[in-house]
Amino acid sequence: RTKTQNFCRNEYNLTGLCNRSSCPLANSQYATIREEKGRCYLYMKTIERAAFPRRLWERVLLSKNYEKALEEIDENLIYWPRFIRHKCKQRFTKITQYLIRIRKLTLKRQRKLVPLRRKIERREKRREEKALIAAQLDNAIEKELLERLKQDTYGDIYNFPIHAFDKALQQQDAESESESDAEKEEEDDEDMDKREFVEGDDSDLSDFEDMDKLETSSEEEQEEEEEVEKKASHSRSKGKTPLKGPARTKRSYIQIEYEEETEPTAKTKAT
Amino acid sequence: APPKAIPKTIENQRVYDETTVDPNDEEVAFDEATDEFAPYFNRQTVPKILITTSDRPRGRTVRFCEQLSTVIPNSHVYYRRGLALKRIIPQCIARDFTDLLVINEDRKIPNGLVLSHLPDGPTAHFRMSSVRLRKEIKRKGKEPTQHVPEVILNNFTTRLGHSIGRMFACLFPHDPQFIGRQVATFHNQRDYIFFRFHRYIFKSEKKVGIQELGPRFTLKLRSLQKGTFDSKFGEYEWIHKRREMDTSRRKFHL
Repeated sequence: RTKTQNFCRNEYNLTGLCNRSSCPLANSQYATIREEKGRCYLYMKTIERAAFPRRLWERVLLSKNYEKALEEIDENLIYWPRFIRHKCKQRFTKITQYLIRIRKLTLKRQRKLVPLRRKIERREKRREEKALIAAQLDNAIEKELLERLKQDTYGDIYNFPIHAFDKALQQQDAESESESDAEKEEEDDEDMDKREFVEGDDSDLSDFEDMDKLETSSEEEQEEEEEVEKKASHSRSKGKTPLKGPARTKRSYIQIEYEEETEPTAKTKAT
Repeated sequence: APPKAIPKTIENQRVYDETTVDPNDEEVAFDEATDEFAPYFNRQTVPKILITTSDRPRGRTVRFCEQLSTVIPNSHVYYRRGLALKRIIPQCIARDFTDLLVINEDRKIPNGLVLSHLPDGPTAHFRMSSVRLRKEIKRKGKEPTQHVPEVILNNFTTRLGHSIGRMFACLFPHDPQFIGRQVATFHNQRDYIFFRFHRYIFKSEKKVGIQELGPRFTLKLRSLQKGTFDSKFGEYEWIHKRREMDTSRRKFHL
């Protein structure tokens, strides 16, 4: 609604404004252009049919050709007031133009609007925050880097060889000890369980009772296995959470890129 | 006295997913040797990435794209002036690009990511959230240098996670330059993938310091398609279905 003019809500209005001259209710001789499914029709209303509301509006299909359609309008509205004729043609022009634009746009890519859902948004946001806190990214990254340092992925760039040597020695000592232990324990049935437990880390039947029994001995073995293992660190700490303290997030990580790199060095180290 | 109780975390209580990857699984190993990433992992192809946005990117998105291109070596940013993705893809393949990265934008912030491995590889569609540009991160480091960073992929356990992890790994060249001391991390936690870019320094044998540089964002996987990007006819390997998949708080897919 502009300052001077109102919009007319009647669907047969020619100009769209509410004026005495362009109201279909106020004028008994009126014409409009309307389009349905891409085809344009000329609607006319005359005084003679004012008593028959059902037959009030007469409909004429206009041709698809723009100029021909204009001629048709002219010949249908031949003795009608100039205002109506002119406005009809104008309206027809506008309608054809927007039909063309619609056809063009549908050929191009169309942007699909997907509604956001507030509840889900909020839920996702909360979960993300919590996941972030649970992730402890800095710690995780630092640990990963230290692991890689230990496994010699960096070669000799960093000058901590002495320490590494000591560590390696310790590992080897501990390893020989645990190997002898393992040999002794080969006979027992319990130790088959132990063995299974240690190797088949991914068993989801980890009973907490068993865990307590096997706590001390399996810990060492596992640590050695972790570090000396050739398949670099595909370790799952699921069975070990009670040992390492509370609120341990599940650390299974995959070194995909450096499998090839660590393998040769690890091999040499183990021998 | 009773033994100390272990607090239950969501990770502890996680519903066991039957597609978790066993490290010794032969089938997985065989699959990986023959899937679309095999040429990359056999070092036959060098990654070359094309980064682009949706139409009419706003300033923030543009800057984010630029920063991403500094983080990922051998990447180029091209503006999309209303070009259809279906037409871009054959052109990219012709020009030897290995990956296409489209950042979708909404209301002046980037909110979606489409990562597609080009020579007919899988396409992953993510929702991106909490994007921080370099100047918004609290640190006093300099820009990332041109060295090839290392890559850390954490916690990608299931088959799906495995393939996504490999997709990320494909973005980066195989030989990281340790002189650069830069590392890009994709950490998966409860189906959210956090991306960080750090510079590290080993202060001693057991201590490492990291300094965050480069942008950070979080991704959540929405769908994974088998072929290249095709919204209508593509074959979806995995779609996030809200009704089915979001019911349990302890079930995660990645």
